[in-house]
Amino acid sequence: MIKQGLSPFVATCMVLGFIFLYAPILLMILYSFNESRLVTVWAGFSIKWYVSLFSNTQVLSAAWLSIEIAFITATLSIILGTMAAVVLVRFGKFRGRTAFTGMIAAPLVMPDVIQGLSLLLLFVLIQQLFGWPGRGALTIIIANTSFCASYAAVVIQSRLASMDRSFEEAALDLGASPRQTFFSITLPLIRPSLIAGWLLSFILAFDNLVIVSFVTGPSATTLPMVIFSKVRLGVSPDINALATIIIVLVSIGVVVAGLVLQRQAADRLKMQAVAG
Amino acid sequence: MIDAFSSFFARIGLTGKRFVIGVPMIWLLLFFVLPFLIVLKISLATEATAIPPYTPLFDWSGGWPPALQIDTDNYASLVGDDLYIVAYLSSIKFAFISTILCLLVAYPIAYGVTRSPKSWRNMLLMLIVLPFWTSLLLRVYSWIAILKNEGLLNNLLEWLGIINTPIPMMNTPFAVYVGIVYSYLPFMLLPLYATLERLDHAYLEAAADLGASRTRAFFTITLPLSIPGMVAGSMLVFIPAIGEFVIPSLLGGPSTLMIGRVLWDEFFLNQDWPTASAVAMAILFFLIAPIMIFQHYQMKDLEEL
Repeated sequence: MIKQGLSPFVATCMVLGFIFLYAPILLMILYSFNESRLVTVWAGFSIKWYVSLFSNTQVLSAAWLSIEIAFITATLSIILGTMAAVVLVRFGKFRGRTAFTGMIAAPLVMPDVIQGLSLLLLFVLIQQLFGWPGRGALTIIIANTSFCASYAAVVIQSRLASMDRSFEEAALDLGASPRQTFFSITLPLIRPSLIAGWLLSFILAFDNLVIVSFVTGPSATTLPMVIFSKVRLGVSPDINALATIIIVLVSIGVVVAGLVLQRQAADRLKMQAVAG
Repeated sequence: MIDAFSSFFARIGLTGKRFVIGVPMIWLLLFFVLPFLIVLKISLATEATAIPPYTPLFDWSGGWPPALQIDTDNYASLVGDDLYIVAYLSSIKFAFISTILCLLVAYPIAYGVTRSPKSWRNMLLMLIVLPFWTSLLLRVYSWIAILKNEGLLNNLLEWLGIINTPIPMMNTPFAVYVGIVYSYLPFMLLPLYATLERLDHAYLEAAADLGASRTRAFFTITLPLSIPGMVAGSMLVFIPAIGEFVIPSLLGGPSTLMIGRVLWDEFFLNQDWPTASAVAMAILFFLIAPIMIFQHYQMKDLEEL
């Protein structure tokens, strides 16, 4: 038998690792309630940075724009991502498959500065040729979708590849068309991955600074751009407050989504047990 | 309604399958491949005071065929100017050392998670991934309060009596390493965890039966078998780290020049689009090999399905 459990060395590494991961975030939350402007000197509890944040119209309008952009990007990304995942998992070998797989995987690692510059130059060329679409929310959405769709495709394809195909086969045997089968059997079965892919795309799009800075115009300033210009001037307490709000919202979202997905998985297991 | 559409598409030869391949394919060609060709084109143009600020590649004034205006000066200046070469080499150094550090930090954690009780594993994985669902920009920013001269780490060291005067940590290479390792840790951890999790326990049991110690079994079995995860994770860290902009510009200083920042400055400060494009092509050229390695492992993953 092999010994189970953790050696003291591994256990120590894990504890240190989790401190490394969480200490900066917890400190940011702590400092967001600090009375003092000097971020690292504790001067008593205060919520004044939250008050100043919510009266800052520049931050609020940028946040709203970022949410809108992220929402549309995430929705487009799972539509494209689902199609790409179906092609990768279900269509077997076809001409151009290698190129297709490569084009899906490359945006996952391509440095942001290169993607940002190349998309901007494309938009400028299209602008020269057709006098449209300018630079703003639309170009940001296209640029975000061009890399978020790859993340969505990877998340969805792993679920699509591991799912049980017997339900689809039953539907096809009973005379459903491939399209009917896809919409009424496959899509509901891969729903957890669609939710995960949507959330991931939303957050990546909400958060992107570099690509967005390249493709945006004067009309559209997103939240990361506002944060970056403030942070460049040094530590600022209201950014801590903003970070705390984002961290709390995202944590709630991720935990709730995780619990829902787990419940669904448990329900499915029960259903399969009953059916089996 | 849908049927009417599909019969229309069928009549123009657009069946379901072609449609499903075609839409993402056209999207990728238009918004991923075509932009690179344009970058290549503009890297061969000359900077000009115009909107957009470069000369056209084709001169149509003489009618058909247009005269091709190729200007390789941008590349010549990349090779001729020390700034670019220094930035280029230092990016490779930063990305390489950060990747090794990431691997050293991530490996024991990933290994520890696979050795934890089954009921804990999902919880631990979620705790590892959770910070990375929040803004990268804010996570990098959070280190400023820790690393600056009157920051937490220096205060702590002074309080412990280890130092008398603060050690400058902000705007140093050290801060950039911390930033990159912190930001890219999950990209190393997740592939490592996936490989270690799939590892066949029969080998380890055989080793234990034959009297190998746990350390020996780790070095002769677990470590070599986890190489695919190590390579995949390393590529996921190394490739984007080469072009990193946010981390060196927030945590780094003059001594931590990286090529991503040079590209950004050429574009936004100097408005020199052709040089920025040439820098982008130079980065891409260096990344071709790592991207091919990454693709190779990614493909293998996709083909195992």
